[in-house]
Amino acid sequence: MSFLVDSVIMFTSQVLFFGFGWLFFMRQLFKDYEVRQYVVQVVFSVTFAFSCTMFELIIFEILGALSSSSRYFHWKLNLYVILLVLIFVVPFYIGYFVVSNIRLLQRQRLLFACMVWFTFMYFFWKLGDPFPILSPKHGILSIEQLISRVGVIGVTLMALLSGFGAVNCPYTYMSYFLRNVTDGDILALERRLLQTMDMIVSKKKRIAMTRRQMYQRGEDQNKQTGFWGMIKSVTSTQSGSENLSLIQQEVDALEELSRQLFLETVDLQSTKERIEYSKTFQGKYFNFLGYFFSIYCVWKIFMATINIVFDRVGKTDPVTRGIEITVNYLGIQFDVKFWSQHISFILVGIIIVTSIRGLLITLTKFFYAISSSKSSNVIVLVLAQIMGMYFVSSVLLMRMSMPLEYRSIVTEVLGELQFNFYHRWFDVIFLVSALSSILFLYLAHKQAPEKHMAL
Amino acid sequence: MASLDRVKVLVLGDSGVGKSSLVHLLCQNQVLGNPSWTVGCSVDVRIHDYKEGTPEEKTFYIELWDVGGSVGSASSLKSTRAVFYNSVNGIILVHDLTNKKSSQNLYRWSLEALNRDSSPTGVIVSNGDYDREQFAENPVPLLLIGTKFDQIPESKRSEVLTRTAFLSEDFIAEEINLDCTNPRYLAAGTSNAVKLSRFFDKVIEKRYFTRDPSPVRLSFIYCFEDEINFPKLNKCRKPSSLF
Repeated sequence: MSFLVDSVIMFTSQVLFFGFGWLFFMRQLFKDYEVRQYVVQVVFSVTFAFSCTMFELIIFEILGALSSSSRYFHWKLNLYVILLVLIFVVPFYIGYFVVSNIRLLQRQRLLFACMVWFTFMYFFWKLGDPFPILSPKHGILSIEQLISRVGVIGVTLMALLSGFGAVNCPYTYMSYFLRNVTDGDILALERRLLQTMDMIVSKKKRIAMTRRQMYQRGEDQNKQTGFWGMIKSVTSTQSGSENLSLIQQEVDALEELSRQLFLETVDLQSTKERIEYSKTFQGKYFNFLGYFFSIYCVWKIFMATINIVFDRVGKTDPVTRGIEITVNYLGIQFDVKFWSQHISFILVGIIIVTSIRGLLITLTKFFYAISSSKSSNVIVLVLAQIMGMYFVSSVLLMRMSMPLEYRSIVTEVLGELQFNFYHRWFDVIFLVSALSSILFLYLAHKQAPEKHMAL
Repeated sequence: MASLDRVKVLVLGDSGVGKSSLVHLLCQNQVLGNPSWTVGCSVDVRIHDYKEGTPEEKTFYIELWDVGGSVGSASSLKSTRAVFYNSVNGIILVHDLTNKKSSQNLYRWSLEALNRDSSPTGVIVSNGDYDREQFAENPVPLLLIGTKFDQIPESKRSEVLTRTAFLSEDFIAEEINLDCTNPRYLAAGTSNAVKLSRFFDKVIEKRYFTRDPSPVRLSFIYCFEDEINFPKLNKCRKPSSLF
């Protein structure tokens, strides 16, 4: 009986998540496009719904809601469905839509889509070889094979995003890095841009007029036949077309210059807006947060290096450690069991919410930047794939943040994966990503003021 | 001589509707082979015979300014784009017939361009909602062009055409529906070519031959106000360029 009630609760929550994913897709992602293939929207919402259900199950685990057997059942069910979606459904549809865009392969769409899917499966399988992610007692067709590979990809993505985010966050929040931009700079640049546009226009007018005259003369030319007519036509058109190609080259160079000037002006405008924003109260608050986050970022990089160098994997989670410290060193006595449950619930809840929100925002920005009306379907499906893998691996990694009694269900459900390997891999990629972002941002920051000096 | 004959027409629309292909077709009479994203603004020039076939025939250069981007861009992009909206004589609004959202965004595009034009101090005069009266007394002629006409299946054609008819009523503009990869649509003698020619004639007339004093004087006053309050802003270079 209780199983039925639990299932109903789970199902309603899944429907809610599905609705949320549907709305997000319609309102945010596909704001400027028309949804013609509803399959894409359904697949995206389904991936989102099942990923969120996994997080929900973790919360239920901590709170002790629902009976333990039905929790276990739903864990397994959810896992199977999400693996099915991530490995079979989404890649197949990605292949199908990519093939549909290419005109040559239109007729045999299904066939080519299946071929693309098989190639994907091949590389997906090969991915597991260089990593020590399985114990040898698992067979070829076990669920652990699939989860481990999904986990590798997801953890890599998480570490990349996390590393870049950790460095970029203080860089954008703190006003220390903002270059000084005055209104005069912007106006000077705008004036240069308009002057360049005027030059382009006058050259294009010359080209158009020359072409029109050539065309008219060409008509007159046809009337002139005979020997002299032919020679005249050769000499005049030659000089005309040579002139044209010269002017055309100048125009191309000027157009490139105008594009550069435009981009620089946009850059200056956005910097000016950021300077104005930093003077407001909100801006000051973010500036302060930026200092805080930069310290956190340095600490994380330091910890990652220590973990790798000393081959250390943390045994206890932050909650238990924090409670231990307060009890042993600060001498505050309180009910460990009660508080550990609530604190881990809050901590895990915060981690889940911020990671979902952060990922959705990043995906939206990414989508706006690179999508066009032709490729929007493919890009959305790729984003759904990334989202699914990200959420699965965050469950995997979150195991470390939970106290021992809650970890057991995750270990049980996901099978005997080498969890330590994933944490090590996360640290390595995080370090690489953070250091390369620092390098990248440093170069970008250095290059910008030099461009202004050259003006 | 070139500055006297200047007529500036903006080509606005969402990203990917086919503005660059359209401008290429209008100016070079050729189909654009490799369309790529427009960064900033690209200009092309079309030579137009005003009042062709009559004794008052005169040749003008029409500059088509193809401004790239989307309506929901960052405000830094919008304020940079606004630089191109100065002293505009006509606007061509381009939308994709296969994508309803691009037609809906045209209201915001026209507001963005017209607001910038009529109030040089940069203050937005409307609250962003569509107001028909604004278009009624609008001194800038508009033309509506729908692209990718060939990609609409026969069954949906009438529905799409009714929708665009409503749109052209709202903007008080003529409409042309074509496919930018097929020059046949704008061949001489077709109704599309006639509408285009009429639009350009209207733009030139409003710019050079209008005897209606009020809009000119108003813009004249704005221009001087500009010079007095913001001498550094070089928006209105010389008042004589208005006449």
